[in-house]
Amino acid sequence: MSSEIDETLLRNIIKGVLKEVQDSDTPISFGGQDTATATTPVAGAQKGAEPEKKLDWFQHVGLAKPGLSKDEVVIGVAPAFAEVLTQTMTKIQHKDILRQVIAGIEEEGLKARVVKVYRTSDVSFVSADVDKLSGSGISVAIQSKGTTIIHQKDQAPLSNLELFPQAPVLTLDAYRQIGKNAAQYAKGMSPNPVPTINDQMARVQYQALSALMHIKETKQVVVGKPAEEIKVTF
Amino acid sequence: MKRQKRFEKLEKRPVHLDGFVKNWDDEGLVALNGKNDPKPSIKIENGVVTEMDGKKKEDFDLIDKYIAEYGINLDNAEKTLNTDSVKIANMMCDPNVSRDEIIKYTTAMTPAKAAEVISKLNFAEMIMATQKMRPRRTPMTQVHATNTLDNPVEIAADAAEAALRGVPEEETTTAIARYAPMNAISIMVGAQSGRPGVITQCSVEEADELSLGMRGFTAYAETISVYGTDRVFTDGDDTPWSKGFLASCYASRGLKMRFTSGAGSEVMMGYTEGKSMLYLEARCIYITKASGVQGLQNGGVSCIGMPGAVVGGIREVLGENLLCMSLDVECASGCDQAFSHSDIRRTGRMIGQFIAGTDYLSSGYAAEENMDNTFAGSNMDVLDYDDYITLERDMAINGGIMPITEEESIKIRHKAAVAIQAVFDGLGLPQITDEEVEAATYGSNSNDMPKRDMVQDMKAAQDLMTRGVTVVDVIKALYDHDIKDVAEAVLKLAQQKVCGDYLQTSAVFLDGWKCTSAINNANDYKGPGTGYRVWEDKDKWDRLENVPWALDPQKLEF
Repeated sequence: MSSEIDETLLRNIIKGVLKEVQDSDTPISFGGQDTATATTPVAGAQKGAEPEKKLDWFQHVGLAKPGLSKDEVVIGVAPAFAEVLTQTMTKIQHKDILRQVIAGIEEEGLKARVVKVYRTSDVSFVSADVDKLSGSGISVAIQSKGTTIIHQKDQAPLSNLELFPQAPVLTLDAYRQIGKNAAQYAKGMSPNPVPTINDQMARVQYQALSALMHIKETKQVVVGKPAEEIKVTF
Repeated sequence: MKRQKRFEKLEKRPVHLDGFVKNWDDEGLVALNGKNDPKPSIKIENGVVTEMDGKKKEDFDLIDKYIAEYGINLDNAEKTLNTDSVKIANMMCDPNVSRDEIIKYTTAMTPAKAAEVISKLNFAEMIMATQKMRPRRTPMTQVHATNTLDNPVEIAADAAEAALRGVPEEETTTAIARYAPMNAISIMVGAQSGRPGVITQCSVEEADELSLGMRGFTAYAETISVYGTDRVFTDGDDTPWSKGFLASCYASRGLKMRFTSGAGSEVMMGYTEGKSMLYLEARCIYITKASGVQGLQNGGVSCIGMPGAVVGGIREVLGENLLCMSLDVECASGCDQAFSHSDIRRTGRMIGQFIAGTDYLSSGYAAEENMDNTFAGSNMDVLDYDDYITLERDMAINGGIMPITEEESIKIRHKAAVAIQAVFDGLGLPQITDEEVEAATYGSNSNDMPKRDMVQDMKAAQDLMTRGVTVVDVIKALYDHDIKDVAEAVLKLAQQKVCGDYLQTSAVFLDGWKCTSAINNANDYKGPGTGYRVWEDKDKWDRLENVPWALDPQKLEF
């Protein structure tokens, strides 16, 4: 390497880089969301994204922070959950799902925290993002269409403790059991996996609908936007 | 409206439980010829691709760059792009044009050109082309062996029965991910008990899957997924290069592998860039070629519901299988997912591949009842065995699954169950009781099995990995329990990774560990009188003629 650096050249390079950055990156702003309007447009959202509905029971309370208490399980929900889509493929209300998962966790004497992830709509990556926020290292992630996973923070993103890939067979009882099992993992126990039905016809019947719901969820993805803490009141 | 009675009856037919949608080009819900698909083009300057499919080099995304750099034979590219697509399509289904001649063209195409050529063929022409372009002369199939309880004895017994029915490759996966090493060992031991030489895999998270292979619990891998848009790759923390790297990891340990792709995955993931399924799949096939990978599982695969939902989707699926084989790449041609509530429609789903023959018609056929298929069900399952075999017999086609007698089934299932019982004992895993051996021998699904303590099994499975157990311990366990023939088979399987012949295109093992592939069993179809015909394959033909349910007309007692 040459020890002498031409200052003008250097300035030009920096200018070039800066220009490139400005050209390629759309500025993302996450501030000022607590407005009094009925819906909140998500800043930096993609074309085709819908504004989020303001809900009384599902309120944003700032950026999600890593938890320190060992007795919590974090529930990560995908970008369209509750505020853009409200029910799963089989028309189970998102609110009821959260109520059951949280009840399952609380039944085991643990606390549940809800976080909304924006940077991805992939259920595995949602779970892998939020298990790092969970004091116990255990997370449950739920997509709007209903697909759910239990994840632990030292696992590869596409691995899992329990995966429930067939959303159409999941009932509210199953969601409660998922919460219960997640809490038991958090306590260091080894629960029996949640029994689920294998319905080989679910895919046939629901794959197209599943894709359409996922397309809608994916449109709500905001690259680079950090997860937000959600205060849930039933 | 007053209902018309026939319409009321029609809407109760099973086909109406399937999902169908109209095209939506901008979200990629279109089988082929999408309105946003690029027009084929190529510009080469000083041996470098400077334009491909209407895009300048500086605008290439990751996939364009990967394909332009490694995936296209540039010597023939300009000539091929300047040849009329109808002409190339015509050559593909013309028996008088050799397979080798076609490959000169197909390997020099761009993805958009390839999609254009395939889109010129109708379904019958695709069948004609496929029977010529399949790399291996002998068509075969692959099966799944799984169950919803991850019961190891049942996996072993099902694997053994399928092996006896003539399949060369078997795949398992898990209901609960932590079972992976146990399922991998169970299918391996079961398959080697059924017929020495059958190779097995366990589809799980990619790093875990590689680790299973390196320990010798699996002999090949297939679920290394590639996608047709950058965003789907990067959403999974991947790029074409990382998949290429993973492929080379398998090669470095003498493990056979192929990639997986298939129409509809980009729609399912929500990132299609508004392109058609065939164009995106063409990119996947060229990524495979660019990576130097010998094979590909495609044909809708787990996203078959997407091409299945749009107009012309099943034609597109056969088309993508054909394109894969036309690039001289081994093809495991899907037909591996529950596809339709309608028996007529699910037969239609596989009929093109069935008539033409592919390297593995199904990837795979459910070697368990579909209720136990943890790949979420296959297009055909064990309860379809006799229908499927009858179709093979009716049409004189080798669909890769042969009849066996009930006695043969009982004997081989028992053998496998005893072998896995011995392995569990030798490896210090939770005991397999004689009652379980009996149940797996005579049972048909996991409801027939005594319940195991799943928590103990999962802990033992994890412990296997931490203890550093390898295939050598499995061989030792079998040998110590005096099951020397299966011990010998598992040892031979491990040895194959050192010799590596089965890394060749479309390679599997016949009886006596004879390796057969597109090298020593190359498809030589050139029209009537050539290529594979099941009636010239004496053993298979005898088995089809003498299905247990055919009467011997000369020995009938009235």
